[in-house]
Amino acid sequence: MRRDDDISGSLDWTTIFLFMALVVLGWLNIFAAIYDETANQTIWDLSLSSGRQLMFIAASAVIVLAIIIIDMRFYETFAYVFYGLILIALFMVPLIGKEVGGNKAWIGIGSFGVQPSEFAKFITALAVAKYIGSVGFRMDNLRNQAVLFALIGVPIILIQLQKDTGTALVFTSFILVFYREGMSPFILIVGICAATIFILTLLVPNQLYLHGTIFAVLLFLIYIGKKKFKRIAVLAIGALLISGVIESVDYAVNNVLKKHQRDRVMVLINPDIDPLGVGWNVTQSKIAIGSGGFFGKGFLKGTQTKFDFVPKQSTDFIFCTIGEEFGWIGSLIVVALFIALMLRVIYLAERQKSRFARSYGYSVACILFFHFVINIGMTIGLFPVIGIPLPFFSYGGSSLWGFTILLFILLKLDAHRGEVLQRI
Amino acid sequence: MNEGRREILQLVFVLVGVIFLIKLFFIQVLDNKYAELADSNAILRQVEYPFRGLISDRNGKLIVYNTPEYDVTVILKDVKNFDSTRFCEVFQISREELRKRFKEMKARKEFSVVKPTLFIDQLSNEDFAKVQDRLDEFPGFYIEARTTRAYTTKALANALGYVSEISKDKLTNDKDKIYRQGDYIGQSGIESFYEEQLRGKRGVRFKLRNVKGVEKGSFKNGAYDTLSIPGQDLIASIDLDLQQYGEMLMRGKSGSIAAIEPSTGEVLALVSGPSYDPTLLTGKNYSSNFMLISNDSMKPLFNRPLMAQYRPGSIFKIAQAMSALQEGVITPETRFRCDKSLIGCHAGHDNQDLRGAIANSCNPYFFNVLRKMLNKNVSSSPFEDTRIGLKEWNKHIHSFGFGKNLGIDLPNEKDGLIPTPEYYDRAYNNRPWKFSNIYSIAIGEGENLVVPIQMANFAATIANRGYYYIPHLIKSVGKDNKPLPQYTERHYTTIDSAYFRVAVDAMQQVVDFGTGQYRAHLADVVVCGKTGTVQNDPLPAHSVFIAFAPRDNPKIAIAVYVEDAGQGARAAASIASLMIEKYLYGKTKRQFIEDYVLAGKFLDKVQ
Repeated sequence: MRRDDDISGSLDWTTIFLFMALVVLGWLNIFAAIYDETANQTIWDLSLSSGRQLMFIAASAVIVLAIIIIDMRFYETFAYVFYGLILIALFMVPLIGKEVGGNKAWIGIGSFGVQPSEFAKFITALAVAKYIGSVGFRMDNLRNQAVLFALIGVPIILIQLQKDTGTALVFTSFILVFYREGMSPFILIVGICAATIFILTLLVPNQLYLHGTIFAVLLFLIYIGKKKFKRIAVLAIGALLISGVIESVDYAVNNVLKKHQRDRVMVLINPDIDPLGVGWNVTQSKIAIGSGGFFGKGFLKGTQTKFDFVPKQSTDFIFCTIGEEFGWIGSLIVVALFIALMLRVIYLAERQKSRFARSYGYSVACILFFHFVINIGMTIGLFPVIGIPLPFFSYGGSSLWGFTILLFILLKLDAHRGEVLQRI
Repeated sequence: MNEGRREILQLVFVLVGVIFLIKLFFIQVLDNKYAELADSNAILRQVEYPFRGLISDRNGKLIVYNTPEYDVTVILKDVKNFDSTRFCEVFQISREELRKRFKEMKARKEFSVVKPTLFIDQLSNEDFAKVQDRLDEFPGFYIEARTTRAYTTKALANALGYVSEISKDKLTNDKDKIYRQGDYIGQSGIESFYEEQLRGKRGVRFKLRNVKGVEKGSFKNGAYDTLSIPGQDLIASIDLDLQQYGEMLMRGKSGSIAAIEPSTGEVLALVSGPSYDPTLLTGKNYSSNFMLISNDSMKPLFNRPLMAQYRPGSIFKIAQAMSALQEGVITPETRFRCDKSLIGCHAGHDNQDLRGAIANSCNPYFFNVLRKMLNKNVSSSPFEDTRIGLKEWNKHIHSFGFGKNLGIDLPNEKDGLIPTPEYYDRAYNNRPWKFSNIYSIAIGEGENLVVPIQMANFAATIANRGYYYIPHLIKSVGKDNKPLPQYTERHYTTIDSAYFRVAVDAMQQVVDFGTGQYRAHLADVVVCGKTGTVQNDPLPAHSVFIAFAPRDNPKIAIAVYVEDAGQGARAAASIASLMIEKYLYGKTKRQFIEDYVLAGKFLDKVQ
C-alpha cells in the first residue's frame, strides 16, 4: 500500500476539476439569486446564503481530505454498518426531527440541522455495491434481486415517511445500476410503460377511451397472430392488467395523492391551468430562464430570481439564475459540465477491477443523473415540481457534503484500483 | 450479457442533455414571450401623480386644495397570524364587512395572492392617523397614499365642480392617451373647464420591484424616467365673502345670483340655489352621495345661473330702447300713449317719454317702439318688411350677448333664445308671419329666453355704457397672472355709447322713485336697477332684478333670480341690493331687509 502523501498523483484530476467548476459556479449563482442591489452586500457575507455556502465548501474540503486519508477498505468493510446506522437515523427523523419547509427531514445539532436522507444516498450506494460485489452474487438470482430491491426499498419507505418524496424517488436511480450489472431490461421497460400509462391516464379525461383503445389493440393482436388459446389468454390477461393499472392510477391520483402532489402532476400536463396558484413555480421558473436569451442578462443583472419571483431560487430552482443571467450559453456550459462529469464517472467505474467499486461508480453516476434530470427538467417545465437539489449547485450543507462524499469515495477507490485483485 | 449496456447508459445521459439544451434554446432564444413576461413581472411603470392646481379667491383666500388620502392594500401571501377581531376594531368595520371585503377582493379578475390588492380605499387623514401606529400588527397590509380634493368652504359647489374617476366614455375618447383607467378628472365646473391647466403633467418612473411589489431601485438608473409637473394654480375672480353671503341669502330658495365686475368681466359671485356641500363629492362616499344629490328633486347639481332659461320680462325693454335709439326710430323724447287696447299694462302712468316708459315699464310704449323698428316700410309686403326689421333688431339684441352662450369658463352654459326670421319660419311652418304675430317679444315675453348670467352681463354692459368682457371666474392662470386670452377682449354692442345714458337715467329712476325704491335704494350710493317679473302660471311669478352700482364708475353689476317669489321688486331687488352693499361696504346697514330675505315670505301681502 502506498503512503498517503503519494495519493495526489493517482487521484483523477479531471473529475476534481469538474467538481470544483460546478461548486464555484454554484456558489456564484447562489449569491446572484439572493443578491439585493440596495443592500450593499458582498458574496462573503456570512449572514447570506452565499457566505454560508462558502463555509460549507470549506467544510467539504476537510471532508475530502478525510476521505482520502482514510483507508480505502474502510468503506467496503463498514458499508453494512453505515447502512444500519443511517436506517436508524432515518427512522428517528420523523420522531425527533424538526420541520423545515413542509418536510420533516432534518435532525438538529445545535443551531445546525442536517438531513440524514442526503447521506443515505452514498451509504445506500456503498451497501448496494458491497452486496453486488459479494461472493456468489448473481443478478439473475431472484433472491439476490429481492435483497437489492429491499436495500433501496427500505430507505425509500423511511424517507417517504418524512414526506420527502423527491429524495425518496432518487433511490429508484439504482435500478439503472442493476441494469448495468445484468438485471433484465424487462423491469426497466415495464417501469417506463407504467409511467407512460400513468401520464396517459392523467392526460385523457375519460378512462373509457383508454380501455377502448386497449381492447382494440387486443383484438388487433389476436387477429394478426396465431389463434392459439394460450396466446389469446396471455394477451387478454395482459390487457386486463393494464386496464386495472389505469383504474388504480386514476383512483390513486384522485384519492391517495395529497392535493398539492396531485396539483403538481396536473400542472405538468397543463402549466397554464392556474398560473398564479399551483402553476406559479413552473411559470415563474420558465419566465426567468426564458428571459435570459442567448447571452443572458449578465451576472447579478437578473430580475426574476433576485426579486423572488422564482421560489426557492437558491436551492431547488438555482438553475433559473443560470438561465436568466448567463442565457443559453451559460445553460450549455452547465449542462455540458454535468454530462462531462457523469460520463467521466462512468469511465472511472468501468476501469475498476472490483465489482464493488464498479457498481459504486455506477451508483454515483446514476444518482447524479437522476438529480440532473429531475431538477433541470422541473425548472424548464419538462417534469413535475419535485423538490430535489441540483448537485454541487444548490445551497445547503447536507446536500453539498452528501454529493462530495459520494464522489470522493469513488475517487479514493479509483486511486487505489491497482491494489485490488480482479474479482469480476 | 452486459455488453453494450455501458454505451446505452452513456447514450441516455448525452441524449437527456441534448433534449434539455434544445428545450432551453426554444424558451430562451426562439420565444420572446418570456422576456416580456419577465419585464412585466419586474419592471413597475410607476405613474407619479402631480399635485392638482389650487384654487383661491380674488383676495387670496384658499378655496380648493389637495389633501392626502390613503388606500389600504393587502398582499395575501404575506398575511400572518391575522387577528380579525383586532382588525375590525382598529379599522372600525364590522365582521360581515370584513368577510365581504375578502370575498369581493378574491372575486376580482386581477386578484393575486402575491400582488398588492386594494382592500380598503380612501381612508381619510384622521382615520389614517388612527390606524397608522397599529398597522404593524397586521403583516401583509400596506398603506398607499394619494391626494384628493378638499374645500375650505361649502360655497361655490356648482361653479367649482368636482373631481372623480374618469368614465369609460371619456377614456375611449381620449385620443392623446393622457388618461388611464382609475385616473381622476375634473367632471364639471372649473375643475372640468380648467382640467388641462389644473391636472399638471404626470411623470413616469420605471422601478424594479420584487415579487411583493417592493421597490428595488430604478430601472437603468432612471434613463427613461420623467418628472411630474404640478398643475397650475388658479385665482378665481370670486369674492369668497360675497359668495358665501349670497349663498346664505339664497338659502331655502330656488334661483341664482350672478355678480360681475363690469370693468373686467370678472365674476364676483355665482350663486345657484339650492346648492350642496362639495365635500360630499370627494372621498369614499362619492358614489352614494352623488346618487343622493343627483336624485334630489330640487336639483342641486343644476347650475341655475348658467343653465336655467327664463323669459326676460320687462328688463328686456332696456335692450329694445337702446336698439330703437340706434335705429333712429325714436329719440329719448319720443312719447307714446299708454294704449291698453294694443297690449295690457298696469295703471299709474300715461304718455311717457322713453325714460319714464322704462322706469314705469309701459307695455304699449314698447309695443310701438318694436313696431317702428320692425315695420319701416322698406318693403311693400308687411311680411317682408317685418323680416327685414327683425334681422336688424336681431343684430342689436345679439350684440348684448343674448341668444347665444357667452362663453363663460364653465361647462354647460345655455344659449337662451332670441327669435330670428328663420326661427319664425320654422315656428309658422313656412307660412307668412308679420309684426302682429310676434309683437309679444316687445315686452320680453313671447319666444325670448335668457339665462341669468346673460342678464348680469347685460347689467354690466349698461354699466360700461356699451361694451362687455365675457364673464369669467378665473382671473389668473398659473404664473401668467392673466385670464385666458378670450377674456381680455372687449365686446362692443352695436349701440352708440351716448344712448346708454338714457338707460342709466331710467334705471336710476327705477331705484330712486320707481318699483325699486323700497328695497333696492341705498343711502350712500346711486344704484341703477330694473325689476322684472317673469310670468310662470299657474305658479307665482319669478322675481328678477338687475342692477349696477355706483352709477358712475360702477364696481358691480348683478342679476338676481328668485323662482316662484312674485314681484321683482321684492325678493330679487332685496337680494341684489344687499349683495351690492356687502360688496361695496362689507356689510349691510339694512338689517330689516336681510331679515326679510332670510324669512323668505315674499308672497305675503306686506308693504
